This record gives sequence, C-alpha cells and structure tokens, in this order.
Amino acid sequence: MKSLRNHFSLILALFAVLLSIQVFNIIERTIAAYEKNLQDNYSIVIVSKTALDLKFLKRSDTIIADITEISPAKVLEKVKKDFKQKNLDQIRSSLPKFYTMKLTKYPSSFELSDLERSLRKISSITKIEDFSKSHDSVHKLLTLFKSVISFLGFIIVAVTALLILKEMRLWQFQHQERMNIMALFGAPIWLRSAVLFRLAIVDAILASILVLVTFFIIDKNGTIETELDLLNINITLFNYVNDFFFLLGVSLATSIILATFIVLGHKEEV
Amino acid sequence: MDKVIVAKDLTLAYNEDEVIIKEASFSVDSGSFVFITGASGSGKSTLLKSLYGALDSKSGSLIVGGVELDKISSKKLDFLRRHIGIVFQDYKLVKEWTIEKNVMLPLIISGYAKDVSGMQVQKLLSHVKLNHQAGKYPLELSGGEQQRVAMARALAHNPILILADEPTGNLDDYSSQVIWNLLEGANNQLKTTIVVVTHHIPESLTIKYKHYHIEYGVVYEVS
Ligand SMILES: Nc1ncnc2c1ncn2[C@@H]1O[C@H](COP(=O)(O)OP(=O)(O)OP(=O)(O)O)[C@@H](O)[C@H]1O
Ligand SMILES: [Mg+2]
Repeated sequence: MKSLRNHFSLILALFAVLLSIQVFNIIERTIAAYEKNLQDNYSIVIVSKTALDLKFLKRSDTIIADITEISPAKVLEKVKKDFKQKNLDQIRSSLPKFYTMKLTKYPSSFELSDLERSLRKISSITKIEDFSKSHDSVHKLLTLFKSVISFLGFIIVAVTALLILKEMRLWQFQHQERMNIMALFGAPIWLRSAVLFRLAIVDAILASILVLVTFFIIDKNGTIETELDLLNINITLFNYVNDFFFLLGVSLATSIILATFIVLGHKEEV
Repeated sequence: MDKVIVAKDLTLAYNEDEVIIKEASFSVDSGSFVFITGASGSGKSTLLKSLYGALDSKSGSLIVGGVELDKISSKKLDFLRRHIGIVFQDYKLVKEWTIEKNVMLPLIISGYAKDVSGMQVQKLLSHVKLNHQAGKYPLELSGGEQQRVAMARALAHNPILILADEPTGNLDDYSSQVIWNLLEGANNQLKTTIVVVTHHIPESLTIKYKHYHIEYGVVYEVS
C-alpha cells in the first residue's frame, strides 16, 4: 500500500512536469501562429525614384523576402481624360515607383530599425512607411507574454524537479535494504537496481499516458480550440504521435537519470 | 591442503581510535569446520564482515578464495560473494519478498533456471522444517523461523564457504540440532568450508574442527 502511494506521487510529479512542458509547447505554437498571421498581414511601403532590384535589396538586409510593385496604372486611369496621351507618358515616366515589401518573419523593433537604416542608405529610396507604431505595441505584448510564460514554466519545472528528487530519495531509502542484501550475495549492480529501473520506466510510461488521456479529454471537450479559433489561430494542442513520443522521451529520460543517481549514490553499509 | 582464508596481521577498526581486531593471523583450510567464540562485543561479527568484504582492513592482509580482499575490484567481489553463503546475525531477509523468494535469492543471482531453483528451495525449506511457511513474508515469522530461513538461503547455491553468525542464537535445542546437522552435512558431503560464530560449541558434533577465540582484540586458536 505504501509502495503504491509512492508510485502514485512519482507519476503525479512526472505528470506535472510533462503537462507544463506541453502547455509551454502550446503557447509557443500559439505565438508562432499569431506571428505568422501578423507577418502575412504586415508589409512595408517604400517609394523609390528608380526601379528596385530584389536581389540587390536582399543583399542590404536578409530579412527582406519579397517586393511587389504597386502599379500606377489605376491612378493614371483616373486622370486620363484630363491629359493628352503625350503628357500622360511624361507623367508616367516622372512618377516614382511604389513597392510593398514582405519580410521573411515578423520583425522585432530592432530588426525594423536596422532594416530602415539599410534602406535609407539606398539613394533612390525617398520614403519608407513601416507602420512601426502599431507594430510595436502588438509585438511588445507578445514578447511580454512569452517571458511571463517562460518564467512560470521555469518555476513549475524547478518545483516539480525538487518534488521528484524528494520522492526518489524516499525510494532510495525503501530500496536500499534489499539492494544491500543482494549486494552481500554478490548480485551485480544491474541486477540490484533492476527493480528500481523497472519502476522508474513503468512510472514514466504511465505519466506520459496520463498526459495523453488528459489532452484527449481536452480535445473532445473543444472549448480551448474554439477560443483559439476566435483569434484566428489554428494549432494542434496535442499531436498524438510526435508530442506523445517527445513527452515519453522526456519522462523516461528524467526518471532513468534520477534512478541512476540513486544507484550511483548507493553505498554499502558496514 | 588448500587454504580458503588466510589472514596475516589483520587489523580491523570502524574508526581511528578504537581497534576491534589487532594483527590477527590465522588460516582456514578448505573443507574444514571452524568455530569462533568470544564475549559479546569482542569483534566476532566484525571479523566475519571483513571475510565477506564488507569491511576493509586497516592493515595487514586478508586472502579469501585466493583473492586479496584489499585490492579486489567490485566485480571480483561480487563473483566471490556468489560462492559464499552468509547467515547474518540480524538475518537480513528481504521484507517485501516471500520466504520462498528469499531462499531463492542466491539462485536468482547465479542465474539458475526457475524450475531447478524452485525444487532446490522446496528441499531446503523442508530441511529447516519451514515448507508450510513458503508463501509467508519474513515479518510474519518468529525470530527463530527467520533464522532458519537465513540458514536455508545460505545453503541454497551450494557455496564453497559458509559464514554463519550465531546461526542457533534464537533457537531451541531441537531446532539448533537441525541447524548443526545441516552444517555438518554440507561439510561432510559437499566439502563446504564452514566458519561459525557461536557462544556454545555443540557437544553432539562428530567431526574435527578448529576453534578460535577472540579476547581484547586478539584472535587465538584454542586447542
Ligand atoms: N557499524 C559499526 N560502527 C562502529 N562500531 C561498530 C559497528 N559495528 C560494531 N561496532 C563495534 O565493534 C565492536 C565489536 O562488535 P561486533 O558486532 O563485532 O561484536 P560481536 O563479537 O559480534 O558481539 P555479539 O556477540 O554481541 O554479536 C563493538 O564494540 C561495537 O560497538
Ligand atoms: Mg555479533
């Protein structure tokens, strides 16, 4: 009965670690999806006296993904009837070129000012509109969110790691006597610690399965996904193959490392 | 004759200021029967501990089964211990295992097949008159019964050396006789070397034996 309770608390501690890792994963995914949304809708408008070459621009800053010329045809169409064709040609040739510029990622404010500086070096560019005011507030909020979450995640992992270590020390105490007796009859170290490792592995697997079941229930319930949908964010909360095996790996590694510590820390009593 | 144990100027201590065994020199012939006596606290269990490599010597040398214990690697020590059967003064049974599994321990460690070790365990438990208790746990047994389980375990793997620390300490005359008969039998039939710590050397014994006594840290032979 006592050993069952021990089992249970180790599983619970591992479960807490795995759950916080997965929650962290989900938040990373949400932020990434949100940044992607922003990036898709984000572009810079630049005005240049002469035509711009994408290859040349890319050399000045690698964050630049693409530029598209905004055709002046529509503007000209409107004023067509007021001008003669000859004058129209003249206007067309003297008109500066407008471009929208797409970036490879959603830029930080530093990256944005860097980009602006390199663009200003190009003499033909006369105007840059980067919408930096609205950009900044959204992005700052995101980064703040991210750091708060990282901090919380760190605390959760630290606390549960201490919890697991304490649990394992209890285990060590519990298994010490048997391991000691086995050693006195010449059992090699792997045989002495076999029970410990078996328990560690079983508990790690059970904890991972518990996380899987938890997310299955969350998925079935669907409220979180609906809320994310409202923000126009489509992410998988839990990938039943990749995420499961990743968490299983983390869980196994954690418990096996801790069990190894116990085995190595074991000293024969005199 | 081959020697299973050779001690030369062996000094044992748990800490610097208190020597338990002082420069003891003795040897145990292969296939012989040896008794160790001495007052309580004289260092009998301490001497046995050094013989199964659980206590390093402070000085001098100790050779068991042909290996110098001072320099032994943990792997070699494991190997050596697989050929020794120990009856501890405090029994050292595994609480969470049944009597049957406890007796089976040396056989599990040596990698015997399940059916072979199962039969061996049944035989030994009936020798110590405990076959009806096989499924019980150590704490469900009396002290004397636990002691007999420890005896059965020490014999299970037919060791070449048995170290027994007061194996009849908790037993009535009848059960004590059962233990002495078992040890004598192993010594007679399997040529097992036997070292027994005891307060009373049984009078019933028919075989020749050596007798060491410990007093004030000195180990000497009584003839
Ligand atoms: N683990 C230990 N650490 C420190 N001192 C110990 C330890 N074990 C025993 N001693 C001391 O060593 C001395 C000898 O103890 P030992 O157990 O060898 O006596 P013994 O002859 O077996 O006595 P008994 O007949 O009562 O079993 C005692 O004074 C005891 O206090
Ligand atoms: Mg003793």
